[in-house]
Amino acid sequence: MPTNASAAAHALTDVTASDSTLRRFLHGLPGVDAVGLEGRAASLGTRSIKTTAKAYAIDLAISMVDLTTLEGADTPGKVRALGAKAVHPDPTDRTTPATAAVCVYPDMVATAKEAVAGSTVKVASVATAFPAGRAPLTVKLADVREAVAAGADEIDMVIDRGAFLAGNYMKVYDEIVAVKEACGTSARLKVIFETGELSTYDNIRRASWLGMLAGADFIKTSTGKVAVNATPANTLLMLEAVRDFRTQTGIQVGVKPAGGIRTTKDAIKFLVLVNETAGEDWLDNHWFRFGASSLLNDLLMQRQKLATGRYSGPDYVTVD
Amino acid sequence: MASVFTYAPAPESRGIVDIAPSYGLFIDGEFVEAADGKVFKTVSPSTEEVLSEVAQAGEADVERAVQAARKAFAKWSALPGSERAKYLFRIARIIQERSRELAVLETLDNGKPIKETRDADLPLVAAHFFYYAGWADKLEHAGFGANPKPLGVAGQVIPWNFPLLMLAWKIAPALATGNTVVLKPAETTPLSALFFADICRQAGLPKGVVNILPGYGDTGAALVAHPDVNKVAFTGSTAVGKEIARTVAGSRKKLTLELGGKGANIVFDDAPLDQAVEGIVNGIFFNQGQVCCAGSRLLVQESIQDELLESLKRRLSTLRLGDPLDKNTDIGAINSAEQLSRITSLVEQGEAEGAERWSPACEIPSSGYWFAPTLFTNVTQAHRIARDEIFGPVLSVLTFRTPDEAVAKANNTQYGLSAGIWTEKGSRILAVAGKLRAGVVWSNTFNKFDPTSPFGGYKESGFGREGGRHGLEAYLDV
Amino acid sequence: MSEKSEQQRLGVFKTYKLYVGGKFPRSESGRVYEVTDSKGKWLANAPLSSRKDARDAVVAARKAFGAWSGATAYNRGQILYRIAEMLEGRRDQYVREVADAEGLSKSKAGSVVDAAIDRWVWYAGWTDKIAQVVGGGNPVAGPFFNLSSPEPTGVVAVLAPQESSFLGLVSVVAPVIATGNTAIVVASEKSPLPALSLGEVLATSDLPGGVVNVLSGRTAEIAAPLAAHQDVNAIDLAGADEVLAKELEIAAADNLKRVLRPQPVDYAATPGIDRMTAFLETKTVWHPTGSLGASGSSY
Repeated sequence: MPTNASAAAHALTDVTASDSTLRRFLHGLPGVDAVGLEGRAASLGTRSIKTTAKAYAIDLAISMVDLTTLEGADTPGKVRALGAKAVHPDPTDRTTPATAAVCVYPDMVATAKEAVAGSTVKVASVATAFPAGRAPLTVKLADVREAVAAGADEIDMVIDRGAFLAGNYMKVYDEIVAVKEACGTSARLKVIFETGELSTYDNIRRASWLGMLAGADFIKTSTGKVAVNATPANTLLMLEAVRDFRTQTGIQVGVKPAGGIRTTKDAIKFLVLVNETAGEDWLDNHWFRFGASSLLNDLLMQRQKLATGRYSGPDYVTVD
Repeated sequence: MASVFTYAPAPESRGIVDIAPSYGLFIDGEFVEAADGKVFKTVSPSTEEVLSEVAQAGEADVERAVQAARKAFAKWSALPGSERAKYLFRIARIIQERSRELAVLETLDNGKPIKETRDADLPLVAAHFFYYAGWADKLEHAGFGANPKPLGVAGQVIPWNFPLLMLAWKIAPALATGNTVVLKPAETTPLSALFFADICRQAGLPKGVVNILPGYGDTGAALVAHPDVNKVAFTGSTAVGKEIARTVAGSRKKLTLELGGKGANIVFDDAPLDQAVEGIVNGIFFNQGQVCCAGSRLLVQESIQDELLESLKRRLSTLRLGDPLDKNTDIGAINSAEQLSRITSLVEQGEAEGAERWSPACEIPSSGYWFAPTLFTNVTQAHRIARDEIFGPVLSVLTFRTPDEAVAKANNTQYGLSAGIWTEKGSRILAVAGKLRAGVVWSNTFNKFDPTSPFGGYKESGFGREGGRHGLEAYLDV
Repeated sequence: MSEKSEQQRLGVFKTYKLYVGGKFPRSESGRVYEVTDSKGKWLANAPLSSRKDARDAVVAARKAFGAWSGATAYNRGQILYRIAEMLEGRRDQYVREVADAEGLSKSKAGSVVDAAIDRWVWYAGWTDKIAQVVGGGNPVAGPFFNLSSPEPTGVVAVLAPQESSFLGLVSVVAPVIATGNTAIVVASEKSPLPALSLGEVLATSDLPGGVVNVLSGRTAEIAAPLAAHQDVNAIDLAGADEVLAKELEIAAADNLKRVLRPQPVDYAATPGIDRMTAFLETKTVWHPTGSLGASGSSY
């Protein structure tokens, strides 16, 4: 997979030279027609994924889940349970793949790390004053460093939507660069745009490029804490962005829709979007994730249905 | 885990539709054999399997059908509009109820993907009847005078590309305005019209109000030439349209024609590119390009040609060609061997004239009529593939430098049915749309249809409008 | 135009010419034909237009189409009204010509001319209203806005009525150009003089050259090349008899001209909008709308 950052430097160096060049670049991206975008997403949503394809998609989706708990009421016990579930999502069927990661608050990273020790499951931590992102940069960076120090493999940061909406793109850019630096070489950085607050598709496309230019390893739709989170349309748009970014720079960036994806049917629709937009290179949990919690149980019930031919029920999957 | 997401076959059940081994003509509320006993076979273009044997109407049958329609006209036209409306509402509802069955039938007989018959054709068919049903008792408010009168017997000849939808476009406004009809479906797609006859029966439509005469061109010719036909409506090729115009010359028959096209899809450098790519694909590959308003000429601003073509080619590589009944099929079969050979010959000519041909890697089924999505670059206005209607999944790419040049090239055709404009600049849309000589202009979208919206061409794409308030005029004595 | 006594000065005859592209040419054929009044008395020699004259008129009409169809409807209305003003000033001339042509009394001819002038005023008022009457927005079932608007068909060949040489003429020409078409008018064969004189008024009414082109001669001879001409978009057969109309309609099918068949018309009555809509196309322009925030990020 191409990850040569110097290619980007060659192709797009000038873009981030100043506030005005960055603005000009972002505003020069092709516009997005909302109806056309949503129409395309809806049309891909009519793909009918059956039998073997469905089995493949369910296992792939399970392996892509960032199993998430982001509650004020989170406790070590809750996080340990989540970790156990991530490692063995279906205790009755050990062929079930592990999820990609567990996603927790920074103070729970150490606990989560223990819970998944010895497995492939990564620990992701939200940071940078999640979910609002309204804190001084020093505080945000400290948040990130603490999480990384506690063993986080991945950092899910939020951008400063206020700065973005005020047109202060350079500030957003600089902050992502700083967070990326704080992640060091050990943690991959997911950049959350909170698409519901950016409101327009043009903004989402700009934010995607801004995030990728600043060094994001993943671009992520949302925190799950606002009214509108991941949608097929905004995810499709971000998939187009990572596709085009790789064409221009050779750098592959991952995509993570988060929030609102609850059913197997939904998850499969997103996988179809990936397959037919960015392509099969992204059909891997290194490049695509679902930020979700209840989704996993529905995937597991559908998996049991495919295996047994009977519909499953909530009593046959574990509660978190 | 396998690295490729291969979609397993997802065929729509064929069991939902019960096709009889043979069908008669539908005259005066009855299925009857042709007077001379002639029949023809209708095949599934994706498998070449014979679906049914259908009676072939001759001149004597045209005579009977026109007489039946004439006889029915007196009562039908005298019915209160509100009663006619209710028949049409019934028909609309029955079509909705039977839409899956009809979608599968249409896919079998026509070869187009079930995705399209299910999500486009059938919903539009029902909507069209629903729309015109509401007009039946409001004609005096339609702007055609205080007491607009029907014309009488309408002779209607429809094509094979949207068999049931074209039937709806013809029959719904005709009945709403109080006319009775004799309709000839295309010889390669007679079945959905015959199923429609059954829907008329279920709706309790008085006999003779709708008559269906399957047959070939000569049946259509006899119908439009019949002296007791008051109105002729035809959708099909420009050549046949001209022939019909000559036939009705000097008569009092009212004529509307919806004919060929060579639509330009104009993409400016400030277009929403990803949506433009979708629009281009939808414009020329919807229904395998067998669409009169297809965007068969892509006019792309030279400065973004490379970028756009790269995206377009990548997108075409994701198109899934194959079994039309598979819910994931994007490109179905070409409707007939004859149409396939016409497409093939025009494409060969394009190559011979020096245009550069490209198709994505794509497996073609061993039986049936198929043509891979095809794109031609290095095309100029002088190429035949830039001028002739191919009526297949073949896109000719031309470039332009300025809006003026785009408009000049777009209009440089004998046709004038459709056009597309892709730009984020509002004033450019309005300026260009104003200068295009085409009956339908889609800006930042393509191939959208709606029963409320008049559709029809300029120049040799025909005259008259179908859909909307405008569509009533064709069936009223105004 | 004839001397009544020897004392009266000798009148000056007018040489009647065609009106093509804003100019007054003689027929390219160099031929004329004799025009007489209803009693057979010589009135003038009128140009006998040839196929070449018809072709030149089509070129002029096509050339004028872009600017005329692109003019604002208000501007076209002003110009049509100006035509009425100019006619009013030359009323006496037309009364005389119509009286001669149609064998009417001065007072009958006067009311015919008045009606013709009023008809220009009527159509002048239509230019900026017809689009609102026959066009409009359509309530599409989806996130789209679309608008259907009438547009002129293009170059229209008009065979003026044979009997009503002036009111009939105005009644068929005005609706064609009111909406932005350009016209080639074949004047009444027997009574072309009012039509040829109309050219003089049109030329001084701010009407751009080529918008109306007037030919005189044998209707059948001039109409045939017009009906077959590939750059003519429509034909009004008002002045054709049944046999000629059928022939022309067949010829017109070659490029699918819009054909308005001859029909009985009471030119004295207020017309409907049919003569305008016969030469209008409907263009429907679509655009996506999007929704405001329904999905949180939607426009």
